[in-house]
Amino acid sequence: MNSFPDLLRVEGLCKSFTSNGTTKKVLTDVSFRLGYYDSIAVVGPSGCGKSTLLLIAAGLLRPSAGYVRFEKDICREPNNKVAVVLQEYGLFPWKTVQENIILGARMQHIRIGDDVLRDVKHELGIEGLDYLYPHQLSGGQRQRVALARALLLQPKLLMLDEPFAALDNITRERLQNHLLTLFTHHRFSFLLITHNIEEAVFLGRHILIMDPQSAGIKTIIENQNAGAEAFRESPQYFDQVKRVRRSLQAKS
Amino acid sequence: MKKVTTAMTYVLTFLVVIAAWQIASLIIGEMILPGPLPTLSRLLQVIGHAAFWEHMRASVWRIIAGLALAFITAVPLGLMLGSSPRLDRMFTPLIYLSYPVPKIVFLPVVLLLFGLGDTSKIILITLIIFFQLIITTRDSARQVSTAMIYSFRSLGGNRWHFFRHIIWPVSLPGIFTSLRIGIGIAVAVLFFVESIGTRRGMGFYIIDAWGRADYPDMFVGIIALSFIGIILYEVFDMLEKRVCRWNQN
Repeated sequence: MNSFPDLLRVEGLCKSFTSNGTTKKVLTDVSFRLGYYDSIAVVGPSGCGKSTLLLIAAGLLRPSAGYVRFEKDICREPNNKVAVVLQEYGLFPWKTVQENIILGARMQHIRIGDDVLRDVKHELGIEGLDYLYPHQLSGGQRQRVALARALLLQPKLLMLDEPFAALDNITRERLQNHLLTLFTHHRFSFLLITHNIEEAVFLGRHILIMDPQSAGIKTIIENQNAGAEAFRESPQYFDQVKRVRRSLQAKS
Repeated sequence: MKKVTTAMTYVLTFLVVIAAWQIASLIIGEMILPGPLPTLSRLLQVIGHAAFWEHMRASVWRIIAGLALAFITAVPLGLMLGSSPRLDRMFTPLIYLSYPVPKIVFLPVVLLLFGLGDTSKIILITLIIFFQLIITTRDSARQVSTAMIYSFRSLGGNRWHFFRHIIWPVSLPGIFTSLRIGIGIAVAVLFFVESIGTRRGMGFYIIDAWGRADYPDMFVGIIALSFIGIILYEVFDMLEKRVCRWNQN
């Protein structure tokens, strides 16, 4: 996992929430690294702290202990080289597709040329939707728009929280392929949160398996073949799926 | 097509009201409740007079100024309270204590402070609309979900951006609803304040006609005042459809 210098380093992360006098541990001692042009998928059942991990890694939430380092800097605030795509509410319902796409770039004073904008829309197949509102789009279109918005920020790291969970199987596979194309084309790293084993194996070069009991990492499975569309059809892919499933089911 | 149906509904409603009015007039007697025919023919007469429009102008100005003043004071404060739990905790007791107080009873105080002119009338309308507007604005601004805040912050926006791109649009539908409800209240307050210490405005017109026992004229005033309410209501409705285009399902 250390074949690249670290882009993201998560070290000894703990997070607990206190409500009504009881403290609930959501994350305990989570550490991992992610290199440049690399990908990691975080799998685990619902409620195992995956999303909290993403929020902390993105600088949106403070850890109770431990730290997150992005390149040289400790993350305490969102970093403009990290883009985040959330499962829902990622798009603002009162903004048109066009307004949603350029909002981040606009707020960060990143100048976006018309040609860049056109290319990204073309790449994601969302041309001609500019003046529609999110509620007028299909689920797949919405996630494409969210991806376009993230890409326009030219991130070094893309974080995705269950990005394709609400989509039907065909659309999901298409978008997974799409993410891979973007990954090779735009050369960013990504961290993907998912509860879908197949998705994790297809997309993550490292698969981090979370343990709901300990709220920590159960194991990290190396999966260097991920990242090519053809991988989905190969026997190794099915073997890896089996491995990840067994690992998820194993008692800690 | 939709415009046509709206207009049709208005015409139909108008006809029903006229019919009910005629029947009521027959039952109660033309003396107290003049029928639609004498009233409308009187209306056609007076709208030719400059004096009528002078009263209209005075009323419309007071109501618009009152609403505008309430808007520019209550909305920013409401947005601030709604987006800052700390400020909200500080000011909520004050607002909740003062909200149920019937502000209209402060009319004498307002008159003493601001005189008999337009200012006191506008201020009383503002005072009453202010409280309901600040509460609905605050509650609307609170609807911003944590997920939305995360999404926004990950895009690198600052506090000003947050108001401009999140809090303001989220609150707009609530603000418009509050304004539309506010129109009814504002018209009622207007009638009340114009019945005291003024010789201009539709409130005065109605009270004056009543004093002269000129019931058709009184109803002309009532119709005119209602008309102001309807027009303002429709204007806000149109504005909302324009500004909150995303909110139409």
